[in-house]
Amino acid sequence: MNSLVDSLLSLLSFTELPYSVLVVVAILITGIHIFLLMAIFATLAVYFERKVSAFMQDRLGPMEVGLVGFKGGRKFWGGIGQTIADALKLLTKEDILPNDADKKLMILAPFIIFMGALLTFIGIPFSDGIIISDFNIGIFYVVATSSIGVIGIILAGWSSNNKWSLYGAMRSAAQIISYEIPLGLSILLPVLVVGSLEMSEIVAWQSEHRWFILHSPFTFIAFFIFFISGLAETNRTPFDIPEAESELVAGWMTEYSGFRWAIFFLSEYASMLIICILSSVLFLGGWLSPMTIFNIFPDSWLFFDGPIWGIFWLFSKALFLIFVMMWFRWTFPRLRVDQLMHLCWKVFIPFALANLFFVAILELIFL
Amino acid sequence: MAKQDKSIIKAEEMVLNMGPQHPSTHGVLRLKIHTDGEIVSKIEPIMGYLHRCFEKHCENLSYEQVVPFTDRCDYLASMHMNHAYSMSVEKMLDIELPERVEYIRVIVAELQRIASHLVACGVFGLDVGAITPFTWALRDRERILDLFEMLCGARLLYNYIWPGGVSHDLPPNFIQYTTEFLDYFEPMLKEFDNVLTGNMIFVERTADVGIITPEVGVNFGVSGPTLRASGISHDLRKDEPYSVYDKFDFDVPIGKGIMGSVGDCWDRYWVRMREIEQSVKILRQAIAQLPEGDVHSARPKKVRPPKGEVYSRYESARGDVGFYIMSDGKNIPYRLKMRSPAFCNLSVFSEISEGWMMSDVITILGSLDIVLGEIDR
Repeated sequence: MNSLVDSLLSLLSFTELPYSVLVVVAILITGIHIFLLMAIFATLAVYFERKVSAFMQDRLGPMEVGLVGFKGGRKFWGGIGQTIADALKLLTKEDILPNDADKKLMILAPFIIFMGALLTFIGIPFSDGIIISDFNIGIFYVVATSSIGVIGIILAGWSSNNKWSLYGAMRSAAQIISYEIPLGLSILLPVLVVGSLEMSEIVAWQSEHRWFILHSPFTFIAFFIFFISGLAETNRTPFDIPEAESELVAGWMTEYSGFRWAIFFLSEYASMLIICILSSVLFLGGWLSPMTIFNIFPDSWLFFDGPIWGIFWLFSKALFLIFVMMWFRWTFPRLRVDQLMHLCWKVFIPFALANLFFVAILELIFL
Repeated sequence: MAKQDKSIIKAEEMVLNMGPQHPSTHGVLRLKIHTDGEIVSKIEPIMGYLHRCFEKHCENLSYEQVVPFTDRCDYLASMHMNHAYSMSVEKMLDIELPERVEYIRVIVAELQRIASHLVACGVFGLDVGAITPFTWALRDRERILDLFEMLCGARLLYNYIWPGGVSHDLPPNFIQYTTEFLDYFEPMLKEFDNVLTGNMIFVERTADVGIITPEVGVNFGVSGPTLRASGISHDLRKDEPYSVYDKFDFDVPIGKGIMGSVGDCWDRYWVRMREIEQSVKILRQAIAQLPEGDVHSARPKKVRPPKGEVYSRYESARGDVGFYIMSDGKNIPYRLKMRSPAFCNLSVFSEISEGWMMSDVITILGSLDIVLGEIDR
């Protein structure tokens, strides 16, 4: 058992406070850090996204706002302060609740979505031993908590008392619940082979053998099913039908503004990060350096390894996947609702089931 | 996926009000959509939010003063409107135009057609969800607007083509810049084709959706690329050549149903893309043949047509523009009526979009390429 909460507890044990108080303190400290991570990541990712889209669309993107005291300019600061300014604008905006809205639910909804993202980070590893809490049902927990958000989406869409929001919420609910099935079936592959739901065990298996994406052709397919289902889970293009801006204005977020909307945004980017980290951990060797891809090099070659380099490798892989998500977003049109369902139920789920079946047979033969 | 059979499940209908403030209604069109879940059972387009009494205004303005008003009808293809109106006035006055004027008019009209179709295709992509092609289209359109700015100082509402001539001769280097633009533009068009036209998701979304059969198209008075996509070769530049269009060699692309059936949304998009190519072809020929001459020689001192009436047709980017002018011998028209192609194209909208899903309604509306300024006038 090697996790951040455990090390914090042992670190704080000199205070000789009762264990229950210590646990609360440890949870608070880690919770604040998760929040900071989410906020910083969202800020950077928004900037990154705007720059990526600008690059693809032959424009400059944000260019004017510099950091504190520095005027912008394309030479040096490149508009890095733009997202900070945007975040401040959102926080100081007037808080609008429509008259006919169900106010209690409307206030509650962003927090449920946010809670889903926040809770999920507890089970997300950042490197060897750098995980808030490494419990033995890690993956199961992550899959469970990451689907809390859909309740918030339905609440937001229903309570807004707006037909566009209702459409967005219903589409979103159908989409997220459907895509959880191929997502879960693809996750079952590493679990089946490794025989454990613990993230660190799965990465340990990959460091002994090879990256999971190269385990067999089936896991190779499973990685793509997982990643594309992840796109649908996070409502990214080409599956952004719940907030399809050309159809539903802003979908379930139509009536939200200011701080509440910022929370939605934060959670959306957090869930992107979660999906990308999960795909790296499950299929791309997690925090292992790229030298371990086939595990054919001698150990002395693996110089960039260990927990600190682990963070670097994991985030490199995750950020690359996030870049791929952005690439998709600025390239593809959007699917229609029925096509989305068709893709899920008639393509992904049969393939994911077949994958599971064949990997199970492989395990039977070679074990 | 085929059209939904709405008799299977019957639920309570929800009336959804789309617009006039909506990102995808291309202006201030309002749609009253009766929906059964995601499936649309009935659509009522409600227009008039941009009505500016164009025709009534014209009854109080001299013939020259009407030209800037025609600009504001179809603000994405102002040159076509200027040209169409000027042609009808010239027909009344029976003016013979210098060759150079006709060539300049063809050059600006074809540049305008490219600009207008670029917006149509880009926005169609945006309606389906692809954002990048839209910005590419606007980037290239920007170069055309720069050319027009060079020509007459305006970027959107030109007031360039006047009865009896054009306001200015071509500026020096205009031909060179236009050639440079065409050289730059052709690879860009291929790039645009690569990213959008054959895209699997794009084809899924647009092929077999919102089919206008040739019969329906003709019955509703649909014209322009929207009709040609239904497989009917109807292009006034070819059928009743006006100006100097009979001197150019170009094809009329018609919908072939390559990805789905003839007359679907994908065909309408595809026909526009191919028309851009044909416009480039015409432009190259027009630039090569451009004669010298005085562009102001045929300008009448006073536009005072004889008593009578005239109707002239013009192939604009959206379709068949007609100007009907009745004169009582004064210097202001007694009555002016404009046949708006986008209005007729919109009339088929509720016919073809019933039974499709919400997302398809947006796709179909985008493929019709309407301009509200022209519909409401």
